Amino acid sequence: MTSFRHETLGSKIDRSKVIKFEFDGRIVSGFEGDTIASALLANGVRLVGRSFKYHRPRGVWGMGSEEPNALVDVLIDGKSTPNLKATTIKAREGMVVRSVNVSPSAAKDRYRFMDLFNRFIPAGFYYKTFMALGWDRWEPMIRKMAGLGRIDANNQPPVDSPQINAECDVLVIGTGPAGLAAAKAAAEGGQKVWLIDEAQDLGGSLRWRGGTIDGKDWPEYAALSKEAVLKAGGKILLDTTLWGAFDQHMFAAWQRFTSSPDLHWRIRAKKTILAAGAIERPLWFANNDLPGVMSAEAAMHYLVCYGIVPGTDILIGTANDLTYPIAQAFGNAGVNVTLIDQRQSGPELQGVRHAYGVKLTSAEGHNGVTGATVDGEYVSTDAILVSGGYTPTVHLWCQSGGKLDWQPEIDGLVPRPGTSDMIVVGAANGTYALNAALKEGHAAGGGRGRAPKSVLKQNPAIEPVRPDPDLKGRQWIDMQNDVTLKDVSLAASEGFQSVEHLKRYTTLGMATDQGRTSNFAGLAAMSAITGKSIPETGTTTYRPPFQPVPLVTISGRRRGDLFNPLKRLVLEDAHRSEGARFREYGGWLRPSVYGVGDETTLAQEEAMIARSNVGIFDASPLGKLEVIGPKAGELLDFTGYVRMSTLKPGRARYGFMLAESGIVYDDGVVLRLDENRFIVSASSSHVDGVRWKLEDGRQDRLGGKGVYIHDMTSAWTTLTVTGPKASELIAGAGIELPALTHMSVSETKFEGRPLRIARISFTGDKSFELSVPSLHAENLRNRLSGALAQFGGKWIGLEAVMIMRAEKGYILIGKDTDGLTMPHDLGWAGPREKRTDEYIGKRSLFTPEGKSNTRKQLVGFETLDNNPLVTGSHLVPVDGDRRSLGYVTSSYFSNTLKRPIALGLLENGTGRIGQVIGCFNNGEIRMAKVIGPCALDPEGVRLNG
Amino acid sequence: MQAFTCPFCGHRDETEFHFVVEAGKPRPEPSEEVSDEKWAAYLHMGKAPKGEAREIWLHITCGLYFLMTRDTVTRDILSSECLLEASE
Ligand SMILES: [Zn+2]
Repeated sequence: MTSFRHETLGSKIDRSKVIKFEFDGRIVSGFEGDTIASALLANGVRLVGRSFKYHRPRGVWGMGSEEPNALVDVLIDGKSTPNLKATTIKAREGMVVRSVNVSPSAAKDRYRFMDLFNRFIPAGFYYKTFMALGWDRWEPMIRKMAGLGRIDANNQPPVDSPQINAECDVLVIGTGPAGLAAAKAAAEGGQKVWLIDEAQDLGGSLRWRGGTIDGKDWPEYAALSKEAVLKAGGKILLDTTLWGAFDQHMFAAWQRFTSSPDLHWRIRAKKTILAAGAIERPLWFANNDLPGVMSAEAAMHYLVCYGIVPGTDILIGTANDLTYPIAQAFGNAGVNVTLIDQRQSGPELQGVRHAYGVKLTSAEGHNGVTGATVDGEYVSTDAILVSGGYTPTVHLWCQSGGKLDWQPEIDGLVPRPGTSDMIVVGAANGTYALNAALKEGHAAGGGRGRAPKSVLKQNPAIEPVRPDPDLKGRQWIDMQNDVTLKDVSLAASEGFQSVEHLKRYTTLGMATDQGRTSNFAGLAAMSAITGKSIPETGTTTYRPPFQPVPLVTISGRRRGDLFNPLKRLVLEDAHRSEGARFREYGGWLRPSVYGVGDETTLAQEEAMIARSNVGIFDASPLGKLEVIGPKAGELLDFTGYVRMSTLKPGRARYGFMLAESGIVYDDGVVLRLDENRFIVSASSSHVDGVRWKLEDGRQDRLGGKGVYIHDMTSAWTTLTVTGPKASELIAGAGIELPALTHMSVSETKFEGRPLRIARISFTGDKSFELSVPSLHAENLRNRLSGALAQFGGKWIGLEAVMIMRAEKGYILIGKDTDGLTMPHDLGWAGPREKRTDEYIGKRSLFTPEGKSNTRKQLVGFETLDNNPLVTGSHLVPVDGDRRSLGYVTSSYFSNTLKRPIALGLLENGTGRIGQVIGCFNNGEIRMAKVIGPCALDPEGVRLNG
Repeated sequence: MQAFTCPFCGHRDETEFHFVVEAGKPRPEPSEEVSDEKWAAYLHMGKAPKGEAREIWLHITCGLYFLMTRDTVTRDILSSECLLEASE
């Protein structure tokens, strides 16, 4: 016989509403209010999963997030979630639940033979064996057998989990008696209290242990507390896991819903009260992992809340007073139950068989408990409920920096006052007596007057229980990760005695239950083996999350297209109608090429048309930082490498912005519109960075006076017309073109609205950048586009522009430069030699590094055959020792020049012009001749024509 | 995630801020008179104090560079000061 549903008990279930769901292919029937775990138990399902390493049969152990065994994959509403704890998930109609780490099901697992090999798989087995034999060969097989839940690759969870920031006066974590008292006291003092619990109802252990508070049944007190919290403007979040404590009293919480998306909260609290309770420890005996062995506290919870009776002949093993009310509850429910206590005496029990001074040494059975050995005698039983004491839940305390003290009376570690500014109350503080917990909560909430009262005044007696190394058989310490007492001994004998080493060597406490039920046992076992005390042995570090949180909850809406949203062009639709294909360039979604076919071929064709006739491209992402005011020139002189104060109004000048380290940060053209107005055309991906560098100079250097900076980048649209027929096309489009020489700018009108025309070039051909406020971009585009056919022109994408600028030797920062490139490496030594005033980066250009004669300099390459070099190829000497002298940064085939072109950074490159150099890629070395960077029209006839 | 205080906007989320530099490091000038060692120290040597730290931060959303004093251990924000004089 196994577990079943009691005829009447079950405060949380609604027997009028039947719920059916699927578990490992069979239909399970439960009631509204059931969790997956309680419904399975009600149906007599004891075998709910297989252990991680040995595929041992495992049943439900606990009642909440401490559950080590009952892990399931759940599919509902088209959403699949792996590795959920069956104890924490509500049973819902139609859900499909699958046990993890089994194939095909928990009962018929084909890897259960693994358990027969257990003595060949001690701790460290995988490290020792497969690393020596060649991990590569074994990994695929081991990976297949390892791991828990299965991820459904087709499942794309919706991007729907909102992230909400919130603040409160007092955050109370846990709604047991101490939490309720704290929340009530604080709320009555006028504080905005947030009360949070992992469970779906208020009450904590009161829900199954019951209790009277101030002479009334506890639910009345819970209702008063709730009312006080809501009245003071607070909030109650149930079914919510507070999973991490972070800096500045910030906490992260995951709130679960069934009919709407889960919420993720970031809560900042002025004061935090931790009332997280305590978790029961197992007892250690042979086969203590068999299905049917269960936490006594959890069993009482299932009995009272869900009416679950775990067996027909129940054995309870303990060494503490707290188990007695549990045995009594089962006795009162009319269940056949026997309590055995390792101690010589215990509290009163009425109508329950009990014995003192006897010890449980093993559980018997194959796929579940059928008997037990007690003091050497076999006894028949189908459920063993155990209690090895309690461990205060101090995770959040420790996460917030708090330290722990050993408290022998409760055989546990409790918060050391003053080491974190959280206040810990109730069982989390080792205070197990109801009356004392209420008093602590009341005081922590700043309660005035009399504290709420109950009857149990003394802390219950708890005798320490430890794993016994002399006991025969396997005693399981960590049930989820299959760590036995022998593994801990092995680790100790191999020198892994620090708890942090023990954890990593044996994987103890590293499973998804984070060792809630096993860490203390491992620590106690190590302490017993090494002869050190528990405080000397120490604990491992507590880190968030308190329990696994779905990544979709943490990422919230920052996924997919919203993970790092791209900037979009105003004319995107118009480009699409022209056949544009889009790619990301420096955070912008821009046309790469227009039309159908091979991208490289299209780009070369586009470049050819632009070279021979005319092309138009959308250059809107190019920075348009307006620098305005009488001190604008002074600011630009300081922040730039090339002086701009000497620029004449109506003229443009190419320059660089350096970091103080002397490294080229950005390049671009500065336009001077009039005496007090400049436009800095930062590279499209560096606009924000350049803006902050300018702003830094404005505020720090000029005290914020005499100049303002406006980023107008996306407010204006820029279309660049380039090619020998550029002027004709603009005129043909009906736009009056002012007389402009190369590197000049003019402000004019287009359809009565502002139009800025700059004659500057990024292609090496005569080019005009036409900029209009984005509202009028469509009109400008239509006019220009309409004239294209007449002049044999075409829209060209960024790929064509890339080829054209490389032909001309124009660099792209971050592609043709790296984190060591200084302006004189690019052939711009003038300002470094001539400027006597201060500018950012100046001093760094004269360090030994800046003056070195082995700097990598920008050069071009001519291949000796007709194939382009591979970008990234390392440049190596033709003779002698092979070492990298630099690398190829850009490489294309130029249809215009009918040969491959390339740029690169080469050690002392200028001095090597005319020499042949090796280009090393994937083991192959190709020869190329070093030339100047500019391969097309070095005299600038095309630019100035 | 922390929250910082902008002198202009008040209590705001950490993601809105950029760390700029430790405060109290005047730029050595003129360049011609600054030794390599002094310049390297200016560029690379930070105090990274444990405890009270005076730092320049940028509030990206409003564009203000300001002086923030904070405790690097407790994460307390001790003060935030505007560095600009009021315009006439
Ligand atoms: Zn601000």
